[in-house]
Amino acid sequence: MIALLRRDLALALRSGGGFGLSLAFFLIVVMFVPFGVGPDSTTLALIAPGILWIGALLACLLSLDRIFQLDYEDGSLDLLATSPLPLEGIVVMKALAHWLTTGLPLTLAAPLLGFLLNLPDAAYLWVFLSLLVGTPALSCLGAFGAAITVGLKRGGLLLSLLVLPLYIPTLIFGAQSVVLVVRGLDNQTAFVILAAISLFTFALVPFAAARALKVNLK
Amino acid sequence: MSLWEYANPTRFMRLTDRVLPALVVLTGIFMLVGLIWGFFFTPDDYKQGSTVKIIFLHVPSAMMAINIWAMMLVTSLVWLIRRHHVSALAAKAAAPIGLTMTLIALITGAIWGQPMWGTYWEWDPRLTSFMILFVFYLGYIALWAAIEDPDTAGDLTAILCLVGSVFAILSRYAVNFWNQGLHQGASLSLDREEHVADVFSTPLYVCIIGFILFFVTLVVLRTRTEIRARRASALMARERQG
Amino acid sequence: MQFEARNLSCRRGDLRVLSGLSFTLGPGQALILRGPNGSGKTTLLRTLAGLARPETGEVIAPEDSIAYAGHADGLKGQLTVAENLTFWADVFGHAGIDNAMDTFDLRPLATRQAQNLSAGQKRRLGLARMLVTARAIWLMDEPTVSLDRANVKVFAGMIEAHLAAGGIAVLATHIDLGLPAAAEFDIAPYRARPDDTGNPFLDEAFA
Repeated sequence: MIALLRRDLALALRSGGGFGLSLAFFLIVVMFVPFGVGPDSTTLALIAPGILWIGALLACLLSLDRIFQLDYEDGSLDLLATSPLPLEGIVVMKALAHWLTTGLPLTLAAPLLGFLLNLPDAAYLWVFLSLLVGTPALSCLGAFGAAITVGLKRGGLLLSLLVLPLYIPTLIFGAQSVVLVVRGLDNQTAFVILAAISLFTFALVPFAAARALKVNLK
Repeated sequence: MSLWEYANPTRFMRLTDRVLPALVVLTGIFMLVGLIWGFFFTPDDYKQGSTVKIIFLHVPSAMMAINIWAMMLVTSLVWLIRRHHVSALAAKAAAPIGLTMTLIALITGAIWGQPMWGTYWEWDPRLTSFMILFVFYLGYIALWAAIEDPDTAGDLTAILCLVGSVFAILSRYAVNFWNQGLHQGASLSLDREEHVADVFSTPLYVCIIGFILFFVTLVVLRTRTEIRARRASALMARERQG
Repeated sequence: MQFEARNLSCRRGDLRVLSGLSFTLGPGQALILRGPNGSGKTTLLRTLAGLARPETGEVIAPEDSIAYAGHADGLKGQLTVAENLTFWADVFGHAGIDNAMDTFDLRPLATRQAQNLSAGQKRRLGLARMLVTARAIWLMDEPTVSLDRANVKVFAGMIEAHLAAGGIAVLATHIDLGLPAAAEFDIAPYRARPDDTGNPFLDEAFA
């Protein structure tokens, strides 16, 4: 299974755009917010945690359809499904590769982009931590959506429609982990639940995704 | 004969053919009695005036919005486990009705909310939850529409319904947490049930039964349509294969 | 070791395509599937491979013994020939790609990216993949497409060696490979009749 992860990372590196595109998108979204709501730094500081979370979430969404689509089209998915690797394991590895190439870079970039939005000092650490803990759930749910839509010719838009509602709990607890700190409140509950959602997602959703892949391969 | 045998399309068609007229009549009676009673033969509320009467549309539609999703979850499981085609098609047939019920609940809620709280929309946990339910319905319906092969569509939508249910429930708790976090517990209370007096509750129950019957009638009709469509496409496929 | 299909029915979309198909293969035996386009060869192979669920009947094979090769080779254009093979060797838990590289004369191409290969070269790489799986039962769908005559011979030799080593193969191909150990298997007689669709929506009692 490590071979699969290694291959996917190598492919993401060589085809270019893997890391870069979603980061660029994230930057543009964050940059557009002041254009939309005005440059007033107090307002920006107030909404910065939410913007960073929503921006990262949308940037994460961009590359979801590539999780399985390419492998489906070139026949690799058929071959992987008949290999000794369990489909659930394939899903986890694919989600992990997606996280390493999008979720992790976005997490690392978010505190930097926080400067642009006048993010309060206390929030930097929590923006980083909440994204670090929350984005794996986004990748895993994304892999589920990608598994459902892999057989469709133009599944990209539909994929977003299916996956976004599933992101709600992660977004709420992720953003609250930061917002509560900014308001000087205790964020422990929110952060712990965020971590629980991530673990729960990785424990259960791969089974559903594997089932969906099996349906799409028949 | 076990219940499962009605999951055979032919038997389902034959059975529903017989019960449909009765269903339609019963639905008509309960809806008319409930709504007319509710709208014209109940007193105005001393505080809310006549706006309270929207309760006879709002509460039943909100209940149906949630219960239809629950019904889709059950029929999806039946399809995944026992491969009964009618079950998958019933889930497909129910979804747009659930979507409409959610929309009715949201709109009547907004109309009611305006005179009550001075705003059409408030990010109250309950209202937000219905908004979320609405997008879950949208995704489910869009997935059915996007997949050509009906059995594949049945499988994938059933899986989506399962996972969606789990995350919809999580969202409900998340929303409770979130709003309390923002409003410090000062949000509007929507627990109307406890305010409802007996003069309102009897016609309300009639309306709820009416809505349930209305849903059953619609879902049976729509399932029959889906079955006929499946038969038509299967006949054409056989024709092509010759 | 034995590979057996017992009373298989396969479905494609709304309709059953094959019905009541059975065969048994022992070590060193091969089947060449014959049948016109659309007769269900691909569907049958995918069912045998476990990708599709048989509608009725069962496929009996030792666990983790089947390797499948479809129309597409499953190659990654950005990876080199050697990397592609190494990946599959790793997935199947067998390190050596030497034999596979030699069989199809891929050494001169080892460091070339797969996207820069010709169609025939890609196919050679795809076929070489079967060797690194080290599995006993090979299911191959149109394996000789875009191969030149010389490489068809190489391929026939590869199958022959596989059978000689006690392997089993089921191939869908229109080319005569000249394999003495392979039996031709015409699937046309197993084609599902129009009234045998297995589709409850085509019930004649439908109201």
